[in-house]
Formats: sequence, C-alpha cells, structure tokens
Amino acid sequence: MQIQMIPEIGHFALVIALLFAVVQSVVPLAGATLRRPLWMAYARPMAAGQFLFVAIAYAALTASYMLDDFSVLNVANNSNSMLPWYYKFSAVWGNHEGSVLLWSLMLAGWGYFAVRYSRELPRDMVARVISVLGMVCVGFLLFILVTSNPFERLLPQMPQDGADLNPLLQDIGLIMHPPALYMGYVGFSVVFAFAIAALIGGRLDAAWARWARPWTNLAWAFLTVGIALGSWWAYYELGWGGWWFWDPVENASLLPWLTGTALMHSLAVTEKRGSFKSWTLLLAITTFSLSLLGTFLVRSGVLTSVHAFANDPSRGFFILMLLGITVGLSLLIFALRAPRVSHKVGFGWLSRDAMLLINNIMLVILTVTVLLGTVYPLLLDALDLGKISVGPPYFNALFVPLTLLMCVFMGLGPISRWKDTTSKLLIQRLWLAAAVSVVLGMALPLIFAERWSAPVAIGLIAALWIVLPMVRDLYDKTRHSTSVMAGLKKLSLAYWGMQLGHLGVAVTIVGVAVVSNYNIERNVRMSVGDHVSVAGYTFTMTDLASRRGPNFLADRAVIEVQRDGSSRTFNMHPEKRLYIARGMPMTQVALRPGFFRDLYVAMGEDLGDDSWAMRVQYKPFVRWLWLGGLLMAIGGVLAVVDKRYRRLATAPDPEQAAATAKPEGKGREATA
Amino acid sequence: MTPKRKQKLFMFLGLVSLAAIAVGLTLYALRANINLFFSPIQIAAGDAPFERQIRAGGMVREGSVYRNPDSLDVEFTVTDYVEDVRVHYSGILPDLFREGQGVVVVGQLQHDGYIKADQVLARHDENYMPPEVAEALEAAGYSPADFQQKAAKIAERIEEGEAQEGASQY
Repeated sequence: MQIQMIPEIGHFALVIALLFAVVQSVVPLAGATLRRPLWMAYARPMAAGQFLFVAIAYAALTASYMLDDFSVLNVANNSNSMLPWYYKFSAVWGNHEGSVLLWSLMLAGWGYFAVRYSRELPRDMVARVISVLGMVCVGFLLFILVTSNPFERLLPQMPQDGADLNPLLQDIGLIMHPPALYMGYVGFSVVFAFAIAALIGGRLDAAWARWARPWTNLAWAFLTVGIALGSWWAYYELGWGGWWFWDPVENASLLPWLTGTALMHSLAVTEKRGSFKSWTLLLAITTFSLSLLGTFLVRSGVLTSVHAFANDPSRGFFILMLLGITVGLSLLIFALRAPRVSHKVGFGWLSRDAMLLINNIMLVILTVTVLLGTVYPLLLDALDLGKISVGPPYFNALFVPLTLLMCVFMGLGPISRWKDTTSKLLIQRLWLAAAVSVVLGMALPLIFAERWSAPVAIGLIAALWIVLPMVRDLYDKTRHSTSVMAGLKKLSLAYWGMQLGHLGVAVTIVGVAVVSNYNIERNVRMSVGDHVSVAGYTFTMTDLASRRGPNFLADRAVIEVQRDGSSRTFNMHPEKRLYIARGMPMTQVALRPGFFRDLYVAMGEDLGDDSWAMRVQYKPFVRWLWLGGLLMAIGGVLAVVDKRYRRLATAPDPEQAAATAKPEGKGREATA
Repeated sequence: MTPKRKQKLFMFLGLVSLAAIAVGLTLYALRANINLFFSPIQIAAGDAPFERQIRAGGMVREGSVYRNPDSLDVEFTVTDYVEDVRVHYSGILPDLFREGQGVVVVGQLQHDGYIKADQVLARHDENYMPPEVAEALEAAGYSPADFQQKAAKIAERIEEGEAQEGASQY
C-alpha cells in the first residue's frame, strides 16, 4: 500500500535532513577557520539539500492529512474525514508537531535563500552564516525527531476517523496567521547568523549592515503581518470583539517585534554612520532569542491558551535547553569578540543618530516591561511563590505612555540629519506641523464624535505628529525639482518604505485610540421581533433557525440592521455552531466591516424560551489597527526591494565610502 | 565643563531619569495589577481579600446555574467539591461554560461571601479540573485524583444527558 508508506518516507527524509544540517553546521565553519575553500564550498549544497529533505518530510505529512491516513497519530488527533480539504491542508500546522515541522521547513528555506542571494558576499562570510543557521536547524530537527515526531503511528489499531481539528482553528485566519508569524520568527535567524558570523570573523562594516538589512526588514514585515493577522483572527473568532488581550502568547510575538523594530533602526545607523555596532549585534542576538523564547512559551505548555497544544514537559525542557545554549553561547561570543568590532563615532544630541538611539532605548524599555509582565507570573509559579496573573491594566499603564513618548521622537527623527542638526532647523521645519497636529487632534473628535475624549485627542495628536513632519519632509525633498512628480520619482524606495512604515504606526495609533474609547457594546436578551439600538443603528432579530454545515450543526439568527434616518436595510447572520466530532460549541460572529466602523453581532447563549443573549457592538476605526500593520509590512518590503541592495556590495557607492571612511579619519572629533 | 562633557552629562541624566520613570511606573503598575488565584477552600478559610481583584476557580456545580429570566444576570456556584463559592455575573458566558466543567472567574469577593465577577473564563480540560484547583486541593491535604475522577464522572453524566437532548433537537 503506497499511502501507508508516505509517513515512513517523511520520517526518513527528516533524518537525512538532520544529517545534512550536521554537516552544514560543522564543515563550512571549519573551512572558514582553517581557510579551506573546498570545505567552505559545502555551505551551498548542504543548505539546499537540507531544505529539499525537510520539504519532502513536510509534503509527506501534508499528504497524510489530505489522504485521511488516520494511522498517523498526528492526523488522527487533528483531522477528520468530514473536514474540508483546505482545513486539512492547514491542520498540518494547527498542532504542536506539525507546526514545529513548519518552523523547520521555514528555517531551512530561509537558509537556502540566504545562500542563493548572497553570491556577492565574501566566501568565508557565507560559510559562517550558513554554519550558524545549520546549528539552529540541527537543534530544531533534533527537537522534532526526539520529542515531537509528527509521523508517529497508531498501528495496528488505527481509528476509523479522526478527532477533528479544533473548531477555533477552522478558519482563514488560522490558514495564514501561523505561517506569517513563523516566517517572521524564523527570519530573524538569518540576521542572527549574520551577527554571529560577524563576531566570529571579526568583520563588521557598513557592507555587513547592508547585507543584513534586507533580511531583517523582510523578517520584520512577516512578523508584523503575522501579529496583525493574529489580532484580526482573535477579533472575529473568539466572539467578543477584543483585538489584543495582552495574553502571554500574544506578548511572545510582540517581544521579538519590538526588538526587531529596534534592530532595523540600529542597522540603519550602523550602515550609514558605522556606529552602534555592538548594540546592533546585541539586538540581533536578543531578537532571535526572544523568537525562541516565544516558541518556548507557546510550545512548552507552561501557558494555557488556544496555542498551547503540547503538555509534555520534555518538550518544554528541550526548547528551554535550546534557548539556554543559544543565548549563552551567543552572549559568550559577543563578550569575547564585540570589543574587536566596536567603533566610537560622535554625534550631536539633536542628530538623527541620537533620535534613533532614543528610539532604541524606548523600544528596549517597552520590551522589558512586556517581558516582565509575561514572565513574572511564570517565574513565581516555577518558584512556588503563588499563582498570579498580570492583567491588561499593567500593560496598558506602561505601554501606552511609553509609546506616546516614543511618538514625540518619531516626529523628530526623519526630519533631523545624521551626525548633527541645529535646533533652529528643527524648529523652522516643525513648528507648523506641531501646531497643526495639536489643533487638529483636539478639534477632530469635537467635530466628528458625539463626546470629546482626551485619550482620543492625544492619540490623534501623536498620529498627526508622526505624519505631518513626514509630509513636510516630502515637500522639502521635492520642491527643488522641476515638477512634483519628478521630485517624487527621485526618492528611493527605501525612503518610501520608511514613510509607509511610519504612516502605518500612525494609522494603528488612530485605530487603537478611537476603537478603545468610542467602542459601544450592548449585551442584550433578544427573541424574534426584538430590536436594540446601538450608535444610530437599529438591530432587529427577524428569524431564528437551525442549519447543518459540513461538520457542524448551527443555530442561526437573522438580524436586520437599519441605519437611523435611512430606509435601506441589510441582514446579518450570526451563528452558534456545535462541531460534531468534538462536541465543541463555537460562536460565529456576523460582521459588517467598513473603513470607519465595524458592526459586530455575536450570539451568546441560548436562554431558553427561544430567546438568546446577543452581543451587539459598534466598533469605529477598528480596521485601522490592521491596516496600519499592513502598511508597516509593505514599508518593510519596499525597503527590501530598494535597488541599492541589489548592487554589488563589494563595490560601495561614493556615499557609502564616505560614510565608512569617516570613522577611521576625523569622524571621532566631528562633534567636539 | 567642555561642551562635550556637558553633552555627555545631559545624555546621562536623560537616560537615568528615563530609566527611573520606567522602573517607577513598572513597579507601580505591576503591584496594582497582580491578580492572585484562590480556590473555594482558600476563600472559605478566609485567605482571600475582600473587594480586590482576584481570580477564583473550580468546577461549576451541577444544577447551580440560575439565570434571571428578564436580564443577562446569572448566578452559579463554583466548587472544588470541598467548599463552594457563589458567583454573580452579568453578561454572556463563554462557549465552553458548562455545568460540571472547570471555570476561572476574575472578580471581587464581596462581604456577603459571593464573588462579583467581571470575567468568566472556561476551558475544556481533559482532567476536568483547572490545574490551579488541583494544586489547591493537594495543598489542603486532599488527593486531587479522587476529585478529578468525581468531576469526570459528573461531567460525563451531564454530557450524556446533553447529547440525548441534542439528538432530539435536530
């Protein structure tokens, strides 16, 4: 029987991939150290081979899912013959073993593409980078084979049908959220490998930063999309309209995002000015370590949530070891080698360098506060000092003011110049933006909302303060050209990426401020014929019926919605589903999305006598949250495709040469 | 002071004050927002503070759920099969909320002995018992395994009843 062979092929392919990874992590590094070109040349074929065999293993697992091979434990636990094919496909990563396999596939994939697109890099550099990536691969492939084998069999007694995929995970959001998130997590392994390779090789110059930047931006863009998708998914899938819960699992993804953001900015300084070198390396190590910590938190079962599939202590222990080895070793290398690559370059306290330094410090403070709130309860529990949980008020009390403070510098940063800016120039360029953002920020809620709200006004001021100086900058950059279009065309894609990224932050801030303060929620008891008014909309329940889905039974309400003063009506269809295989109830939310507001109707519970508890919500600007995330990600990608990264890095352009030459010369005294 | 030193001093002072603000805010926020967990045994023993945000958990006692027919107010009893605590809540209960199942509520203990809940969290646990409750039982000198079996039996009985009811519905 061919179908029954597939899991064995997958398992075998994983073992071969592990062997490839072992060779990859040892031979090129040894070659780079002993200067043997032949050994270094192992890097490329090994990375490709490893990618190929992990891909075979992954395809084998997917095939077992698609063909309903319930003799595979993993398939039996997480799939069902009634499941639609696209959920069978995505169920592969809807569980612990499969998601770690996806992790490894992406790791191998990033490694392979790092090799492909680094032909202009010095050979020893490539060899070291690939070796470091190989070591990470070895760790994860061992983790899969030793503790979480997805190909474990249930033979000879295989079940007739599978236990089904958790209904919460049967959703388009889940198809996309984990792969995007993992691409981000894993993507930071490339810049991590670059950092370790730079430390080992003792070479860290502007060219190095230029190689590392696109990889960092790309990983960061994926992570941003992943986090935004997760928030979007929680919003409509969990059935109560929240979009961020400060849940440890969410925090786990936010932590590497924060340090990754710091890293992107720090890399910019390292490339342009040749400074912040040790700091950049430290951030690269931290970001990848936090990605691993996130994996540990989510996968070890120390947290109880939708994400915590595994409750096997050996797995948690293994990842903790992996984390310990990675952090310990890389910090050791950093401590031993960082002084060799560090370089002091002076700058004035109003320069862009200083703004980016402040940005980095703020982001690190944010990271520490979130880390503290996330890990503190776990530490207390581990030390047997009581079971506590840290609630959202803690995170809000710290995150919001710190972010606002950071916004002040986000307005200043893009306008200021490298090395030094005069305060006169800043004031001259920014006074108008400052005045307009304060006036507009105060006035907008007064004009458009029924009640003025200070937090909304502050949020709007912050967002405008980010956007307006950038508009001013665009104006300054284009006004000397023959026409505006000609001026705009001259701007680099990297510049547009920066603009879009910052615009995304502003858009998200507007979304957060407005939806947090102008959100209206009504929980009501409704039966057919009842109506409720929320924010100028009248919701009437016109029908209540049951229906059968492919793998669930559902109670379904029809809600007719009419905007006050308008004769047009539309229907919304919230459902309460019961997934048959697991006997698990689920709320299916009815959404009426819009650019300026969402209408949100969810069925709560059956109260008997044909009436239901209904949750009706009016959510203004909620889309802006994710739109902002999307803009940030597009900004990151734009910066990656900028053509200067495609030029040969061995032939630096004049601006580049000037930037790198300065530190060696008089740059040190430049500000004295 | 040379301008360079002055600049460094400013930088340093700025960093220190930023760090001080951050640490101060963090400690304040952390202290104000820690929610301790209490089981019904601990609440009955008077360990839990009144009118402060706490978390409490256990199983929803069979037949204890009472809904006000005119509103969304609901009352139920949370038990660890040794002691009980009554919970008042207004709003929509989570999908997985069921009699005989584990539940964690976040709210304030009132002087009348009931908990006014702001949030009810339900979770399907294969042991039919939140791990915090199992540990609290053990700490109080009981064997959690006995209670887990008891909870499992009750939950199974309720589930069977519901399955029959459900079958007749569709």
